[in-house]
Amino acid sequence: MYGFEALTFNIHSGYLEAIVRGHRAGLLTTADYNNLCQCENLDDIKMHLSATKYGPYLQNEPSPLHTTTIVEKCTLKLVDDYKHMICQATEPMSTFLEYIRYGHMIDNVVLIVTGTLHERDVQELIEKCHPLGMFDSIATLAVAQNMRELYRLVLVDTPLAPYFSECLTSEDLDDMNIEIMRNTLYKAYLEDFYKFCQKLGGATSEIMSDLLAFEADRRAVNITINSIGTELTREDRKKLYSNFGLLYPYGHEELAICEDIDQVRGVMEKYPPYQAIFSKMSYGESQMLDKAFYEEEVRRLCLAFEQQFHYGVFFAYMRLREQEIRNLMWISECVAQNQKSRIHDSVVYMF
Amino acid sequence: MDGFRDKLPHMDLMRSEKMTLVQLIIPVESAHRSITYLGELGLLQFRDLNADKSPFQRTFATQVKRCGEMSRKLRFFKDQIDKAGLRCLPRHELEPDTELGDLERQLADHEHEVLEMNSNSEKLRQTYNELLEFKIVLQKASGFLVSSNAHAIGDETELHESTYSNNGFVESSSLLEQEMRPEPFNQSGLRFINGIINKEKLLRFERILFRATRGNMLFNQTPSDEEIIDPSTSEMVEKNVFVVFFSGEQARTKILKICEAFGANCYPVPEDTTKQRQLTREVLSRLSDLEATLHAGTRHRNNALNAVGYSLTKWMTTVRREKAVYDTLNMLSFDVTKKCLVGEGWCPTFAKTQIREVLQRATSDSNSQVGVIFHVMHAVESPPTYFRTNKLTNAFQEIIDAYGVARYQEANPAVYSVVTYPFLFAVMFGDWGHGLCLLLGALYLLARERKLSKQKLGSFMEMLFGGRYVILLMALFSIYCGLIYNEFFSVPFHIFGGSAYKCRDATCSDAYTAGLVKYRDPYPFGVDPSWRGSRSELPYLNSLKMKMSILLGIAQMNLGLILSFFNARFFGSSLDIRYQFIPQMIFLNSLFGYLSLLIIIKWWTGSQADLYHVMIYMFLSPTEELGQNELFWGQRPLQILLLLMAFIAVPWMLFPKPFALRKIHMERFQGRTYDLLGTSEVDIDVEPDSARSHQEEEFNFSEIFVHQLIHSIEFVLGSVSNTASYLRLWALSLAHSELSTVFYEKVLLLAWGYENILVRLIGVLVFAFATAFILLMMETLSAFLHALRLHWVEFMGKFFHGDGYKFVPFSFALISDDDD
Repeated sequence: MYGFEALTFNIHSGYLEAIVRGHRAGLLTTADYNNLCQCENLDDIKMHLSATKYGPYLQNEPSPLHTTTIVEKCTLKLVDDYKHMICQATEPMSTFLEYIRYGHMIDNVVLIVTGTLHERDVQELIEKCHPLGMFDSIATLAVAQNMRELYRLVLVDTPLAPYFSECLTSEDLDDMNIEIMRNTLYKAYLEDFYKFCQKLGGATSEIMSDLLAFEADRRAVNITINSIGTELTREDRKKLYSNFGLLYPYGHEELAICEDIDQVRGVMEKYPPYQAIFSKMSYGESQMLDKAFYEEEVRRLCLAFEQQFHYGVFFAYMRLREQEIRNLMWISECVAQNQKSRIHDSVVYMF
Repeated sequence: MDGFRDKLPHMDLMRSEKMTLVQLIIPVESAHRSITYLGELGLLQFRDLNADKSPFQRTFATQVKRCGEMSRKLRFFKDQIDKAGLRCLPRHELEPDTELGDLERQLADHEHEVLEMNSNSEKLRQTYNELLEFKIVLQKASGFLVSSNAHAIGDETELHESTYSNNGFVESSSLLEQEMRPEPFNQSGLRFINGIINKEKLLRFERILFRATRGNMLFNQTPSDEEIIDPSTSEMVEKNVFVVFFSGEQARTKILKICEAFGANCYPVPEDTTKQRQLTREVLSRLSDLEATLHAGTRHRNNALNAVGYSLTKWMTTVRREKAVYDTLNMLSFDVTKKCLVGEGWCPTFAKTQIREVLQRATSDSNSQVGVIFHVMHAVESPPTYFRTNKLTNAFQEIIDAYGVARYQEANPAVYSVVTYPFLFAVMFGDWGHGLCLLLGALYLLARERKLSKQKLGSFMEMLFGGRYVILLMALFSIYCGLIYNEFFSVPFHIFGGSAYKCRDATCSDAYTAGLVKYRDPYPFGVDPSWRGSRSELPYLNSLKMKMSILLGIAQMNLGLILSFFNARFFGSSLDIRYQFIPQMIFLNSLFGYLSLLIIIKWWTGSQADLYHVMIYMFLSPTEELGQNELFWGQRPLQILLLLMAFIAVPWMLFPKPFALRKIHMERFQGRTYDLLGTSEVDIDVEPDSARSHQEEEFNFSEIFVHQLIHSIEFVLGSVSNTASYLRLWALSLAHSELSTVFYEKVLLLAWGYENILVRLIGVLVFAFATAFILLMMETLSAFLHALRLHWVEFMGKFFHGDGYKFVPFSFALISDDDD
């Protein structure tokens, strides 16, 4: 019932929406970033963060800090927020919140499988995993030798199982395979999430469709750029694009045959929302593309907070926090390695 | 007029303390000591002169960081002590104050020591826990292996038998085993792994094992009977011992990997029973050795922690104070020469001498050549509001502050609410039985005041304790009002002599229908007890309480208006008196003040006049004859006069003030065209951060007019609705007495009517619970909230601005436990 969410939304989700908006108010502002950028060492960063929502998480850390500790503790805060929300959530919001995790699950699966392929220690790999993407038998992934085993042994119990239908091969795992698997999984995940949001209807579907379409398009561009000059065929490349989004279907046709970055640019500039992103960059350059996409994403995520009575705010909050943690990681790295001139290269301001 | 005004009492006690903006110029060498002494005194609120600097750019950022680090260490110790289950009483003997540097070193040493001991004992403990697990695995696994050996032998014999007897007896459950176990283990490559795993993970573990080996394995498990500590996480968990039989090298690596992934610890168990026994013995002896070592280690560690624990609380306060001192120092700015710190702050005017003394002491104690310069500054910004309260007034001040902190030197409603608040509460809660219960509760809180104020209470108890004096006064006033209402759990008592009324006949059966007969002088105090349950009870009480509510309300609103007069006089705003206070007074009193007058006259004369009729027709047809409703001579002309006055008062309070303000503004602006230039140069050398930096407010006529319009409309409508709002006094009082009647008559008396002891007991219980929870707790709360509203809205709305900010001095007493 589009337009009538205001009647019933708050019965189950009003409390959580209030919570998430409160969390949003705790996100770091531009003033905070300006202060953080002036820090001389990691202790200064800790001191500044102690006045923010991260304070309680960092206060018991002994003094020579490391970037990893900061990032770990900040992520812990995100995870605690998430757990609190999902504990309170009822259907269909709990499913919605679960969906937010799946992306991290895919990343973790890929991380562990790649790690085992290169014979790294499983415990070490697990420590590197994003805590949101953890599931029970994740460590068992190391046992699997090929996709089919991977699926049969472990993933069949996880919510990722349905996404695997497209990449069940008996081939042995190698880097290329894994990357294709990641993208296939991601494609299936995004499509499923998209479908789920459509089913929810109302403002949720409207806002989430926009956000997910952007995500899908960004992935399509990234896949294209990353696969230029590899042995991936055009058909295979096209198979990795998600079947929705602004670029679907004609943009995909064109992207599939791109051979260099300028051709990608040519394709993308036909789409007004992406024209602005590409017009910021000079020809032949792709380093700044990530940042430009992140900035656009943050802009859209912030806009999600302008409407009420929809689930998009939860997605937006999680994404914004993740971006914030990326920012913090970058700032801390720059401060720790005395590269303060480069701080502004990768920090995406939010408010 | 002026002579009259001067004769009015000064209301200094009713206003917040006079505050002064002071500047301190402190030499660097005595800065720390001065601030510490000021913190002990706790009468100076520093202004942040470095608001534009982020925390780590400030002068004493490193010291603050050091303090933060120290408090982290202290928290670590506290955590460790709590974990070790030690109870350290702080030593009471006074130790000399430790220097911050010393303390830092001491803490670092202690932390190092504790950490080292922890890591040592952790290693030992891990080994111990592993051995313990091994022991359990050995005990349980020998059970598996022995039984399976026996089983195997049994199977073999069974097979023999089956070939002999051809009865085809095969246990269906052991089919799998039969397939695998015709030969001895080693020859067929059948091997096993023993281990122990978390109980929750067991099912998934088994499933994954089954999948990984494609079913070619045998899994057996049994719970370990005791909870054990996991060696890797050192948490108490329930674990199950398992054994997996499998064949083949590949399966072995897979299973080992899965075990690792699930955090299942595998232990080698020999097949041979003798070897097993030997191993068990070895493990047991090593366990007892380790246990002794661990014990010694723990004792050692506890001793060390105890040593820390003795002075932990003291250290914590020291560090907290130091941190507060440095935080305050960070608010000061350096002067140009970098030799002095300049600070600004607010202090109550009476405290100036005390602060001077303290600063002198600091100078002499730190052997500084130069004293601290302390001088008063002129302030433009409004000063903070500071009330010196005591235990009793504090709670009432809190009630007022919850609405809004009073503007600087504004009339403080808390003074009046000390009496009016509990009184209005009691009007709604009038019952001296319930009042006595409240009084007992309040007295209990007061008697244990000393003890309770030291310990941490739950949020609810905290609230009760904070308001103990409010409760005490509320209880006393309820007893008073209860005596007037003659209510004691809704039972009437003949306290002040006999009743003035008697029944018409001996049976008293028509008391409710026909009423009572008066036969002697009125009952001397309060409501006549005989009226309870009689025909005249409700009409009489309703009329009494309703009229009383209006009288109380009009009195309180008039008090509010008078306070607005005193405010205006204090702030020297004759405009507010002339164009706001006077018309408001006229409007309120010509309508509702007149009503109050009528009520009093009616009570005095015992007239039968209908007051509704009088009030309504005063508006509808003021010129009409009053007839039998006339209460006194000349009532009709008076009503016309009052009505006219009320009508005049409305435009009076609406129009003149904005126009007068505009006129004043224009005059000031015109007069200042020349001297603006002159003053602007003086303003330049004012420090930008100082409180003296002034702002020119914009004069916007339409805004002021709209504001005045809203204000006037609110007052005119408000005087009607606020008067009606006071009727809640009547409503709640009625509800309270009716509820207690219901519980008394319909529960207690009804149950008492039965001879059955059980019914009586239940009746008493229900009555007791209803009285305690509904009447004493919920009714108290609701009457409390209604009294709160009457004060916040009806009373304070008449004069209270409430846009001030609180005086928060830098004081060690205030920072004592905000960190925890």
